[in-house]
Amino acid sequence: MIWTAVIAGSLACYLLKVAGYTLPDRLLTAPAMQRVTVFIPVALLAALVGVQTVADGAAVTIDARVAGLLAAVIALILRAPFLVVVLVAAGVAAGGRALGWLP
Amino acid sequence: MDQRRAILADALGVGLAAGAYAISFGAISVASGLTVLQTQALSVLMFTGASQFALVGVLAAGGGAFVAVATAALLGTRNGFYGLHMAPLLGMRGWRRLPTAQVTIDESTAMAVRHEGNPRDARLAFWSTGLAIFILWNLGTLLGALGAGLIGDPGTYGLDAAIPAAFLALLWPRLTTTIMRTVAAVSVVAGVALTAVLPAGTPVLLAGAIGVACGIVLSRRESDA
Repeated sequence: MIWTAVIAGSLACYLLKVAGYTLPDRLLTAPAMQRVTVFIPVALLAALVGVQTVADGAAVTIDARVAGLLAAVIALILRAPFLVVVLVAAGVAAGGRALGWLP
Repeated sequence: MDQRRAILADALGVGLAAGAYAISFGAISVASGLTVLQTQALSVLMFTGASQFALVGVLAAGGGAFVAVATAALLGTRNGFYGLHMAPLLGMRGWRRLPTAQVTIDESTAMAVRHEGNPRDARLAFWSTGLAIFILWNLGTLLGALGAGLIGDPGTYGLDAAIPAAFLALLWPRLTTTIMRTVAAVSVVAGVALTAVLPAGTPVLLAGAIGVACGIVLSRRESDA
């Protein structure tokens, strides 16, 4: 199942890259197409932030991930680079759990 | 000559940053249940960061292969638009477009656009950035994947908290307008709310669709005003 997703997902992403070089311009620059696609990255990434912070299977759980995400927000406001943001979030969640303060 | 050297130095800098980021991808992917080989296959074949994180995240949350592939593909649509912009600038024809397409990502496109006035420099910027990232991205992935294999429960190291933080860090630079910030806020709230009521996987796609719909309504209202 994982290999299917890896191969199918990679193929889909590659075909989308090739489409930019091969499809006629007017198809991709149509106003209706652009109105939708301009919002896709922001909407999907934000949805992933929300879901991955609280999802526990098909249930909502509030745990150390929330504290980690808040720490990430602070790191981003302070203009920390990508890896630092991720490490700060992981560190706060791990630290909170090690001290028994966070589930 | 100095200009070309500066372009190569920029490409290396961007590549090193991507390589560091790939370490977190490799670690998160293996902690999410993918093997080292599956993780490496994603970095070689998919080679577009946000989609790779999304595929791994949705699979880890029990969302199933279809939703994982759909989410990764939707995030990959932007690369198609980059290709549209790069095609005339790079002057690629025939089979050469096939390898060029694979390295058409956020960073290589942004670096080529910076040198748009001079096609020779733009080509150098595109290829040096694309290749530097391809090599360092895969190296970083391997390091992260092997490193994560050595540790036990991902929760102990907060790797489960690293996943939403990685998405947030990818999202952050895109929140440049009020409409984008509103779309993001609506999508986060919708994602959380739908997680409570829908089976795993579907909340991401539906919350994303709600966010896009919200953006379309807001931008239409703005252009009417």
